Amino acid sequence: MPAPTQPGDDATPEGHIVLDARDISRALTRISHEILERNKGPEDLVLLGLHTRGVPLARRIAERIESVEGTPIAVGSLDVTMYRDDLRSHPTRGPQKTVVPAGGIDGRTVVLVDDVLFSGRTIRSALDAVNDLGRPSTVRLAVLVDRGHRELPIRADHVGKNLPSARSERVSVRLDEIDGHDEVRISQIGAKP
Amino acid sequence: MKHLLSINDLDVDAMRMIFDTAAEMHDVQHREVKKLPALRGRTVINLFFEDSTRTRSSFEIAGKWLSADTINITGKGSSTSKGESLRDTVLTVCAMGVDALVMRHHASGSAQQVSEWVDAVVINAGDGTHEHPTQALLDAYALELKLGSLEGRRIAIVGDLTHSRVFRSNVLALTKLGADVTVVAPPTLMPSGIDAWAKASGFSTSYDLDEVLPGADAVMMLRVQRERMNGAFFPTAREYTVRYGLTRDRLATLKPDTPILHPGPMNRGLEIAADAADAAQSLVLDQVSAGVAVRMSVLYHLLAGEETA
Repeated sequence: MPAPTQPGDDATPEGHIVLDARDISRALTRISHEILERNKGPEDLVLLGLHTRGVPLARRIAERIESVEGTPIAVGSLDVTMYRDDLRSHPTRGPQKTVVPAGGIDGRTVVLVDDVLFSGRTIRSALDAVNDLGRPSTVRLAVLVDRGHRELPIRADHVGKNLPSARSERVSVRLDEIDGHDEVRISQIGAKP
Repeated sequence: MKHLLSINDLDVDAMRMIFDTAAEMHDVQHREVKKLPALRGRTVINLFFEDSTRTRSSFEIAGKWLSADTINITGKGSSTSKGESLRDTVLTVCAMGVDALVMRHHASGSAQQVSEWVDAVVINAGDGTHEHPTQALLDAYALELKLGSLEGRRIAIVGDLTHSRVFRSNVLALTKLGADVTVVAPPTLMPSGIDAWAKASGFSTSYDLDEVLPGADAVMMLRVQRERMNGAFFPTAREYTVRYGLTRDRLATLKPDTPILHPGPMNRGLEIAADAADAAQSLVLDQVSAGVAVRMSVLYHLLAGEETA
């Protein structure tokens, strides 16, 4: 599970920026091309963004693919709250909207999109959630940042940046749609500004 | 919040949270695979000492769709009919390792009492003439789906108020959500002391249905609970219908899109005419479908997270 990246955390920016807005933009453009190349075109592609920050990332990737290919790309969102393995160790949180694009996911290529890949547990939950929604022909994973420390045999197919990090560090992704600006920052957990 | 015994256990934020989650659950209801793993390995017992079709089956479906194991125990056919006390019954059931008790009992306050005896989460599915909180939550949720915000909306609750736990929970829930509630009943079925309560909670009372109906944004008809009546509350059923029933004539005085609610089971021809029950504006079946979503939401919020002390 990625370290919490709540809006408002950045009232006192700390640590240092590892990706700025231009880096994020370039990474997403590259990921978009990789997805197209891997899928041999835009046919049957469905992008599912994982809440919270995977949702705008999926939309941005879809826009890039649309501008290259000139065809609309199906985008949806996936909430994995109900599928988490750590439900019992937190106070309950309400689920967010799961939106499956028209046409469903049966027989199509689903690309899960998330901001940070860390333990892999969120993706495990997402695979279970996808399983309840239908039967895609292929499921792939695109992440903006892979920070290592996997706890499950899960890997990403498309990575914006590999960011070796210590467990004691926090990787925070900020996106314009949610936080008002784009950046990826790494900081020490508990560090005082 | 450990139990759900009364609408008073919830503030507006908690109700909002339940509705938001219910909206997601409503989507699951329309999926091919109606299953979420959130309550896997948890056990929910429906302990019903009074008859019920929709509440019990709706709690059972809600629990099953969240992957909980749900078991039904009814008063008839259980050891209660051999004379076992309520306390012994619930302690026995809980000794099996139960996480939640969904309970309906004819004694007001029984859910509260049971919650003091057991460690399990207790959900009140109707205690005597006291409360039926999930019914009020699903009514408010179904109404919001139709009307949007209930702030300032004029809602009439009509019928046998004295014996109605649905009315008590609904008044609490709807006034919390800002609705302008008027309750209508014959003087014999108006609970004693309601004026003080109405004044404190900000709702109105009336004996005249025809005066209230034209201004209403929604009408909730309540069942005439003959099984709880041990006296003469009105001269004849016919007279009740004429004065307080949602008849075909009264239906015509409503706006065509004014929602009509009834918690069921309906006495067709007594408090509600078939024309009204089956009208396009009737939410009776929407209430049932909202019931599953809202009960999934309630079970999820009470059972999925870490244990609260």
